[in-house]
Amino acid sequence: MLHTVNKSVFERNSLQSCLNTIDDSSVILLIEDGVISAAKNTKSSLLADLAAEGRVFALQGDVEARGISSKVADNIKLVDYEGFVDLVVEHGTAVSWV
Amino acid sequence: MKISIQINEGPYQHQASDTAYQFAKAAIAKGHEIFRVFFYHDGVDNATRFTVPPQDDRHIVNNWASLDIKNAEGEPELVVCIAAALRRGLVDDSEAQKNGIEGNNIHPAFRISGLGQLIEAGIQSDRLVVFGD
Repeated sequence: MLHTVNKSVFERNSLQSCLNTIDDSSVILLIEDGVISAAKNTKSSLLADLAAEGRVFALQGDVEARGISSKVADNIKLVDYEGFVDLVVEHGTAVSWV
Repeated sequence: MKISIQINEGPYQHQASDTAYQFAKAAIAKGHEIFRVFFYHDGVDNATRFTVPPQDDRHIVNNWASLDIKNAEGEPELVVCIAAALRRGLVDDSEAQKNGIEGNNIHPAFRISGLGQLIEAGIQSDRLVVFGD
């Protein structure tokens, strides 16, 4: 499954709820304010293990719009909108955490 | 692949409608079919033809209209939830007449229908992607 998260980890608990729920084959795509969670910050450890497995993506345009391109944590992969479409196609059901 | 989209957030609120539009455009560019876009909750505000943003800003309603998403019968597949729309003051001709209101404000690229259209989109499409709050 593909899980999208669109709110900052400092604003809502949706990323944590998502992490509590997902199975071993799921991937996470951070979009909109959700990309704040892709930056190296005090909450980076939340995603580190999943990212090391190549299962965390962030929408590049939203990363750039927030000025955090140089701060993206290790192993988080940036995708454009076409990459977003590919993730939806590849990973079956898409769940939106808001 | 058949993809449908649900939008639960109004235009210019956060970013959901913009993200969904860019997603839809990319999907079409990659050769996928957008079966239906369903506007629900505050998302119905994406369908008013009275939107007039500043000239140097994107026009979200017209952006959606420009995708020209229609079914084989030529009906728009930008579908607005009727209950959510009526609550928020969005009406087409038929609903205006039924409710004794003059005029209508639904953009012609959209149509008003019921929640069953969302369920059908979920059944008929390979993927349903939800955007919004």
